[in-house]
Amino acid sequence: MSRSPEDRSLAGLALAVLLREVTLSLRHGADSLAALLFFVLAASLFPLAIGPSPETLGRIAPGVIWVCALLAALLPLDRLFGADFEDGSLDQLLLSGLPSGAIAAAKALAHWVVTGVPLLLAAGPLAVMLHLPEDAIPALLAGLLLGTLLLSLLGSTAAAIVLGARRGGVLLPLLVFPLAVPVLIFGVGAADAASGGLSPRPHLLLLGAMLAAALPLCPLAAGAALRSAVE
Amino acid sequence: MLRAEGLAAFRGERLVFRDLGFSVAAGGVLVLAGPNGSGKSTLLRVLAGLGRLAAGRLLWHDTDALDDLTGHAHRVGYVGHLDAVKPGLTVEENLRLTPGRPKGEVSRALGVLGLGELADLPARMLSAGQKRRLALSRLALSPAPLWLLDEPTLGLDIQAIARFGDMLSAHRAAGGIVVAATHIPLPVSDVAELRLG
Repeated sequence: MSRSPEDRSLAGLALAVLLREVTLSLRHGADSLAALLFFVLAASLFPLAIGPSPETLGRIAPGVIWVCALLAALLPLDRLFGADFEDGSLDQLLLSGLPSGAIAAAKALAHWVVTGVPLLLAAGPLAVMLHLPEDAIPALLAGLLLGTLLLSLLGSTAAAIVLGARRGGVLLPLLVFPLAVPVLIFGVGAADAASGGLSPRPHLLLLGAMLAAALPLCPLAAGAALRSAVE
Repeated sequence: MLRAEGLAAFRGERLVFRDLGFSVAAGGVLVLAGPNGSGKSTLLRVLAGLGRLAAGRLLWHDTDALDDLTGHAHRVGYVGHLDAVKPGLTVEENLRLTPGRPKGEVSRALGVLGLGELADLPARMLSAGQKRRLALSRLALSPAPLWLLDEPTLGLDIQAIARFGDMLSAHRAAGGIVVAATHIPLPVSDVAELRLG
């Protein structure tokens, strides 16, 4: 398939934004690591609080992992655009020749690479620690794969919307949680179905459908929010 | 050529200017003058396509410039009052990771304002004037014909101002346009002035 030079340069620009984000996150490694450590530590508190009974833990494991992943994914969000907004980099990004929606998409993808993927990798060992039945682990991880992408898209949109607002960091969870409820329900549903011997497929398909809707809509909304934030 | 007709813009709730018109030909320099708060920075952001225009038209070669903000961005090199310098990156990385730059020009751009020796230093070690030089060096990376500068010489030493003057002259000689808000006279001759407020 041949592409016009303009398409290629747009893709190149979006890649440059993504590369810049990931480089910056690695340079400030503590921020990215904080989300991962929060995830692991918060999930580890449950066996201590509820008791070590394998049946109880195994039953609540999908919910615990999903809620902790949702909270951990929120942690780096208020700096996702906030740092660039405060030091003038956001102006430069918007003048880079990329549509604002593409900037938002690149940022959401960067959030997923830096936060979502480590959460996904840590979720497997955590599931084993919480005695989730072995059959349910693939369903949990498949749900989290789709779910972390969705959380990055929804979260970056909310982060763009609260940009420049006073107490934006407090508003952010209030915006994200209602939007994340369906993700949470079907994500946990997939793992529960698998541990109960049912097929997780319908739950995963619904998560996929939500992702298919969020992929175009979230960057568009976030892009518009970024434009209005710098005005 | 850049031409503005009947521009008006708000900052917050306040109308900072209205009925503003000017035109700058290729190679021209327009200096925005006026007291603090008279809307110089707001006008620069409007010209860059970052601020919202309440009324009026901005024409680039007789077509409406702000119709297509992404297309307009290719024409604009903007240095605002913030330097957009990432303290965690080195001087060289700050330029190299600027999206939209042409490849392989970073070392030349660093030399333009004498930052070559500082290339590997983390940007957090730079002084305010050096950060300003880094922000201005970005202009040397971009082929944009329209430079919009907000107090560009703030914090620069005499030598850097002279080098910046050479940058401006080269940009003008290539047919570029400069619109700058400044209280300190720019190190170039033959400038037009627009008084606000």
